[in-house]
Amino acid sequence: MDSDLSPQDKKDLDKFIKFFALKTVQVIVQARLGEKVCTRSLSSPTGSDWFNLAIKDIPEVTHESKKALAGQLPGIERSMCVEISLKTSEGDSMELETWCLEMNEKCDRDIKVSYTVYNRMSLLLKSLLAITRVTPAYKLSRKQGHDYVILYRIYFGEVQLTGLGEGFQTVRVGVVGTPIGTITLSCAYRTNLAFMSTRAPGEDEGAYNGVEDSQEVCTTSFSTSPPSQMGVPGKEGGVPQQVPVQPCHGAQAEHRRVSSCPPADHVPATPSSSGEDAETSSRSVGVKSGSPCGLLETTFTRKVGAFVNKPGTKVTTASLDLPFAAFAPRAYDLEENDPMVQPPESSATSSPLQGSLHSQGSGESGGPAQDDFVMVDFKPAFSKDDLLPMDLGTFYREFQNPPQLTSLTIDVSSQSMAEDLDALPEKLAVYEKNIDEFDAFVDTLQ
Amino acid sequence: MNCRSEVLEVSVEGRQVDEAMLALLHTILLHRSTGKFHYKKEGTYSIGTVGTQDIDCDYIDFSFVRVSSDELDRVIRKAVGEFKDAMGNGTDGMGQISLEFYQKKKSRWPFSDECIPWEVWSIKVNVVNLANEQERQICREKVGEKLGEKVINIVEVINQHEYLPKMPTQSEVDNVFDTSLKDVQPYLYKITFQITDTLGTSVSTTMRRLIKDTLAL
Repeated sequence: MDSDLSPQDKKDLDKFIKFFALKTVQVIVQARLGEKVCTRSLSSPTGSDWFNLAIKDIPEVTHESKKALAGQLPGIERSMCVEISLKTSEGDSMELETWCLEMNEKCDRDIKVSYTVYNRMSLLLKSLLAITRVTPAYKLSRKQGHDYVILYRIYFGEVQLTGLGEGFQTVRVGVVGTPIGTITLSCAYRTNLAFMSTRAPGEDEGAYNGVEDSQEVCTTSFSTSPPSQMGVPGKEGGVPQQVPVQPCHGAQAEHRRVSSCPPADHVPATPSSSGEDAETSSRSVGVKSGSPCGLLETTFTRKVGAFVNKPGTKVTTASLDLPFAAFAPRAYDLEENDPMVQPPESSATSSPLQGSLHSQGSGESGGPAQDDFVMVDFKPAFSKDDLLPMDLGTFYREFQNPPQLTSLTIDVSSQSMAEDLDALPEKLAVYEKNIDEFDAFVDTLQ
Repeated sequence: MNCRSEVLEVSVEGRQVDEAMLALLHTILLHRSTGKFHYKKEGTYSIGTVGTQDIDCDYIDFSFVRVSSDELDRVIRKAVGEFKDAMGNGTDGMGQISLEFYQKKKSRWPFSDECIPWEVWSIKVNVVNLANEQERQICREKVGEKLGEKVINIVEVINQHEYLPKMPTQSEVDNVFDTSLKDVQPYLYKITFQITDTLGTSVSTTMRRLIKDTLAL
């Protein structure tokens, strides 16, 4: 099969395929870093820009690619795949897409290696640049940060698409015919963002024990992380649950996250900054699984806000017949346990980020907890503390903790409600007896 | 040789016209531009490096990649601006902007050079006006999805590897490539447009432009 190819051409072709594979991975990973990519055009070639394209080489990514390849080249039944997944701060993860660089047996023996194949590989990389901005994972990756991160994994061997859920779509980026086979580049991406949580209890990280695992449907529940997060207007929100990660064959790299490199116009000499331990650092809870593409369907589970332990009792208004039952003293009790009001101890794995979010959360305590605060020398704004026996400050202090309204006290109100219900038939009987009086009264009004 | 012709259709709101056109035109030009050629002795040449940059649209939920060349961007923006002005503001309308790649064929005097197109991309635009902010928000997303589909279409067509002009010698390079830019070298191209107003009458500026181009040669 290779006898038609001169040794020099064969050598060139192998080199092209190797660097094409490395550049493909760079383009894909850089497109998922969450930042805009910008490289300069150079009218004079530097000699180091493969395929006449300015594509930076992030050293960590090159290292992972070479590790996955382990000295081999993509070939027939030896595909190189880049798997992109999303991982939330709670530890749930979901495969978003898999990019596959494959080769089939269809050969183009007449094609010129050093010219046509090279230029077509260049064209294919340009197509890859364009397509990586179009799949749904791009928008998700641009919004990654506190709530979730995007990870990549390179593997070599058989293509695994089972982790993408049902109904995944495929887009073909392009093909390049070569004398030893046809290289194809494609992407399979998930369309269904709903997935089951199969996270084992032991995987919960320190401060986030007891997050709801069941599948309650909740229409709009938002993370209580600071408003600096995602801007997608709240159509959807919810904790996506974890899909079981399929074990794969072939040489594998663990999921890696690359933090964005400092922007460099030319080939970067700077090593990438640490981002590899993103999986272990804890972040604030709450995932925005916004729908970037109309094809996506989502189901939701109840989202629990940052730093919140699983509530002991579920208070729903359905369980109480009263109006404003949610404001009844039972809610008061819950608030005493509410970590938003009384923040828990920071866990050992907290990052500085968590610490700053922490303080933001605790500042929001409400009325009933005011006993914890001692007001010293309260001077309300715009008040004049002059001759009046009671100034604004005194008034405020005295009436700070008014007693609960009796109508909002459960026991009393439920008793009176029961009494009222019992008295109702008697009252109705009385009114019916006096019906003539009422009619006369109505007539006088007219 | 037959000229390949591709048609893309989009429906956008008035303020999205610029970005939608830029997104599609730049995506095509990304694939149809190379680095600058530097010819050396013995007929060999080296090719400069093409950089790329991500552009986020303001009125559409969409991002695209274009060649890193401010000069090229200016030329395209000017053409799109003229198209937008011709479409008018605040009215529904239809128009078509065409990006044509051509080769020049030198003719003997007194005949002027021929321009032979080898690939024409026509983008048909339907401009709608929306009544409220909610509709505009939905339009942002829908148009973003549509543009994504168009980019995939463009890539599919380009990937069919049909006719591309042969790489020229140094003397012929200006017949195939636009060498006027400092940093990149797109294939020779021209942008023309046609407007159809809401009444359906066709106001064509193509003839005017063709005449202008011929005189310029």
